[in-house]
Amino acid sequence: MTTATAVHSPLVVKDLKVYYYTRRGPVKAVDGVSFELHRGERLGLVGESGSGKSTIALALMMAHKEPARIEGGSIVLNGSNVLDDNSEQVRLRRLSEIAMVPQGALNSLNPVMRIRDQVIDGLKDHNVSMSDGEFANRVAELLDSVGLHRDVASRFPHELSGGMKQRVSIAIAISMNPSVIVADEPTSALDVVVQKQVVQTLRDVQERIGAAAIMIGHDMGLMAQFASRIGIMYGGKIVEIGPVSHIFNNPKHPYTRLLISSLPDTRSKRRLEGIPGLPPSLLRPPPGCIFHTRCPDAMDICSQEIPATREIDALRYAACHLYGDDDGKVVDL
Amino acid sequence: MTVDYVLRRLGMFVLIIFVAGTLNFAIPRLRPTNPVEERMNQLLQQAGGVHIANVKEMIASYEERFGLNNPLWRQYLNYWIALAKLDFGQSIAYFPADVTREVMRSMPWTLGLVGVTTVMAAVIGSFFGAWLGWTRTPIAVSFVVPLLLIVTAVPFYLLGLLMLWVFTVFWPVLPGGGAHDPLIAPAFDLTTIIDIVQHAILPGAAIILSSVGFWGLGMRGMMVTTMGDDFIKLAEFKGLKERRIFLRYAVRNALLPQVTGLAINIGFVVSGSVLVEVLFAYPGIGNLLYTAITSNDYFLIQGVLMYVIFAVGLMLFIVDLIYPLIDPRIRYRSA
Repeated sequence: MTTATAVHSPLVVKDLKVYYYTRRGPVKAVDGVSFELHRGERLGLVGESGSGKSTIALALMMAHKEPARIEGGSIVLNGSNVLDDNSEQVRLRRLSEIAMVPQGALNSLNPVMRIRDQVIDGLKDHNVSMSDGEFANRVAELLDSVGLHRDVASRFPHELSGGMKQRVSIAIAISMNPSVIVADEPTSALDVVVQKQVVQTLRDVQERIGAAAIMIGHDMGLMAQFASRIGIMYGGKIVEIGPVSHIFNNPKHPYTRLLISSLPDTRSKRRLEGIPGLPPSLLRPPPGCIFHTRCPDAMDICSQEIPATREIDALRYAACHLYGDDDGKVVDL
Repeated sequence: MTVDYVLRRLGMFVLIIFVAGTLNFAIPRLRPTNPVEERMNQLLQQAGGVHIANVKEMIASYEERFGLNNPLWRQYLNYWIALAKLDFGQSIAYFPADVTREVMRSMPWTLGLVGVTTVMAAVIGSFFGAWLGWTRTPIAVSFVVPLLLIVTAVPFYLLGLLMLWVFTVFWPVLPGGGAHDPLIAPAFDLTTIIDIVQHAILPGAAIILSSVGFWGLGMRGMMVTTMGDDFIKLAEFKGLKERRIFLRYAVRNALLPQVTGLAINIGFVVSGSVLVEVLFAYPGIGNLLYTAITSNDYFLIQGVLMYVIFAVGLMLFIVDLIYPLIDPRIRYRSA
């Protein structure tokens, strides 16, 4: 990547490492993750529990807490590295440059404050000065844009349904037109019908304000509905990343292949297959490729060398020893 | 809707008064002794054991005077009729003093001492607790917790005795008892106020020290729970200022149970002060109740307890009314 693209891309993550320091040693939750988010793009990060997806979300917000530490790499947001910021600069960037839509747990909103005040306080703490009337208009406008009635402004959280609350969270997230929206499993704890609507809302507002979005989750169906590009995470690394259609129709990495084939299919009556084995220990990851212990295609080299990431075809990258120089050149993402 | 809620709460209040008032009537009368006879014997002994021929008649006439010769149901009825008129009759122990007058004379001292210190303990304790429950508080502050625990674990009459010894015997800087210097004529001037405050320091400190840890630990526990809530995380993601997250998100929510606790404690101020007032010879309600019980003074016990019951009931009623204002999840219409 050249510097020129870095300036244009709202978010460039390079070789990010986030370790949890435990008594038995560092747990490498995120170990060398790189990706770039273009303006207006929607990236989905998929992976099983413990693959490091939520840790990435926290690190992007700089909201990781002890014992987690960012061990290396860079997070360049709108042209400058967040890791160089002091805590006040980090605080000011939240909401105005990068905003979070939290997990759809039902108490993300302060139970004793009206919705209006919970939208406005974020603006106020980022030095937005408006008259009370202007604030009220802004709140109404934001609620409108996520499909809520403006009367919701004067309600308390307990008077709203789960889907409505999550819409309020989205309204808060876009209140300062951030260039990046991070959504960490935004539909967990919502029922299936509402999940689709909330994801659609998120997509609508993201397109309207032209922000780049990154959605974390494990529901492949919702991901396909939302994302334009999907990154597959395994053991703290992105093993494959590429456009949605490529990932679904022609997965390259064995893990992606197994993951896709484990999805239920309404058209054929085949048996559902799981992926044999257990996720690797991130405290003592296996040598070489982190997936080789469960990989059906594992070769000798897989347990010895960490595979390089190659550009298999346009915009699609995979890290696997199955592919050599003939299949694609090694890239430094 | 709101009127309905208030009426319901009011009904609850009346019910509390009725049940407690009935118990208040019944319990002193379960004692097998006759208060008039006891008081007579006491007076006779004080008079040097003189023999008076018509003791029986005197007792009978006093019993009639107090209405104790009536059948119980009649006494019970009269009790409620008198209560309705806020007339608690005359004290047997302090005869012919009026019970209401006695209660009213003691009440300001108790409210001033125990009421103020209870609120102070709650405020100081909650402040420390909130501070201790805040993750960004310097480590040094966390040493306050064991200290609070030690002080709270010591029963406050022991603490009071220790303080009495230290500040009135070992290093006599404070008065050892009473509410004011009997030699100073009470007036609204600086001397009187300083005198009263000086007398209140020891019992007040005993109350605060013995309960501040309770408030602190309660608040810290609530803070820790609240800090783990998702809305705190979202508040951080929103890039709010720490001060706002602390006050409006964390403390505001953690404080809710403390408010209930404070209201209940204020209701009990009147009665909870017995030990401290006896220990420091403070002329408050607690002391009065102590005298009333030791001399089995039906009317004084009834009077004091009725005020206590009334105070607790009233505080609970008030809390019920204000709670929906501080916690919107509790609504006026729910029972």
